[in-house]
Amino acid sequence: MSKFNDKVILITGAAGGIGRATAKKLADQGAKLALVDLNLEAVSQVISELGLDESRAIALQANVAKEEEVKAYVDATVAKFGKIDGFFNNAGIEGITANVEDYPTETFELVFNVNVKGAFLGLKYVVPVMKKQGYGSIVNTSSGAGLIGSPGFVGYNSSKHAVMGMTKVVALEAAPHGVRVNAVAPGVINTRMMRQIEKNTVPEDAEGARKAFGAAVPLGRYGEAEEVASVAVFLLSDDASYVTQSIYTVDGGQINQ
Amino acid sequence: MGKLQNKVAVITGGASGIGAATAKLFVSEGAKVVLVDLNEEKGKAFESELKSLNAEALFVKANITNEEEVAHIFKQTIEAFGKVDVVFNNAGIGRVHSSHDLAYSEWRNTVNVDLDGVFLVAREAIREMLKAGGGTIVNTASMYGWVGSPGSAAYNAAKGGVINLTRSLALEYAEQNIRINALCPGFIDTPIIPEESKQALAGLTPMKRLGQAEEMAKAVLFMACDDSSFMTGNSLTVDGGYTAQ
Repeated sequence: MSKFNDKVILITGAAGGIGRATAKKLADQGAKLALVDLNLEAVSQVISELGLDESRAIALQANVAKEEEVKAYVDATVAKFGKIDGFFNNAGIEGITANVEDYPTETFELVFNVNVKGAFLGLKYVVPVMKKQGYGSIVNTSSGAGLIGSPGFVGYNSSKHAVMGMTKVVALEAAPHGVRVNAVAPGVINTRMMRQIEKNTVPEDAEGARKAFGAAVPLGRYGEAEEVASVAVFLLSDDASYVTQSIYTVDGGQINQ
Repeated sequence: MGKLQNKVAVITGGASGIGAATAKLFVSEGAKVVLVDLNEEKGKAFESELKSLNAEALFVKANITNEEEVAHIFKQTIEAFGKVDVVFNNAGIGRVHSSHDLAYSEWRNTVNVDLDGVFLVAREAIREMLKAGGGTIVNTASMYGWVGSPGSAAYNAAKGGVINLTRSLALEYAEQNIRINALCPGFIDTPIIPEESKQALAGLTPMKRLGQAEEMAKAVLFMACDDSSFMTGNSLTVDGGYTAQ
């Protein structure tokens, strides 16, 4: 039994660790995929790795911070597959690690452009498609950093807090139309982003930073991209049919401390 | 292969409503289930119903506020099935009553079942899971553990307690591979909600309908199985959007 047979799922940041793992789980369950990334080559590679032919998947290049490019990826998805059952609004960047007085304004703007404006634009163009259909499920990628503070991450943490607010507002607007909107909030996950954050945080000992981050997790380890993917897949599926505006932290318990 | 293939699941409040819907789903995913309830007639009938579907099921009558009876649940479970992998700590009570008229005995009774009982079941479950090297527990809290409402002070206080009990136990036993999360249902179409209130409560919910017990069961399955392997301490709202308002 394939839960996503004939379902069309749109994923941004699809060449990144979590996006790719989610695409794989969905492909295994029969979904048709529209995979968006800034890096077209990388996202095309994901499709060939998954062994999906043209009838099952489309690779789309977009900078999610640019309105016309967002409109284009949504239009291309609808033109190709005729509908959007699920949207994993996942593209995001980490910025740099620096205290507020040293945080470059242009980095702050870049992080907000991708993480906040990018997520907003995705919602702005996908929600009307789903409202018209009368169904759909959206999962925004926020972060554990969207719920707490972490020193050195004023750009990233604030941007992920904004995604939480956006999730709740749009969930309420969309609910009467049968459209659900939730967020996943990953903690420390074994992906490129955490490798970069480890380097940014302790440039002289990234490995040491990695051990320290892992030790701070109650479950005592990093999460894997697949473990975030399984949560996103649950929220995208009809198994979560009464779940909306919920924040699912996937952080090995870290937020509870 | 089911998501709970060959797992043993204890479900309190297992004879009706969300507990029964979860038992059905768990069985369809390959689990053996222990149904715990105060209502022996319903519990036994449901046990027979599940057995007639070729499921392995056992009914145990127990009052979760009684330490000895809670210990007995797990003794029976180990005797019948040899282990405990999953506990859906779900039994609870609640009714609407103005606080200035609320007898202390009623306050005590509500908190006793909804918080103390949840602790006692969790404690006994953890004792077994420590021996086994891990397991998952799903407590039933409520969206009223997150927000307030008039006329349900005891229930709401107890459910708020369950949310922080869940966080605290999750942290305490994370390293022992025991994951503990909670379900926070909104207004669900079960016999607890009077027929005449259903339409109004649906109207208060952003999705404009009540939740179904089967929809809660799917969220419980998600928390009980490996799909949520990096989640612990969460209290997940499944409320049609109610608490975002």
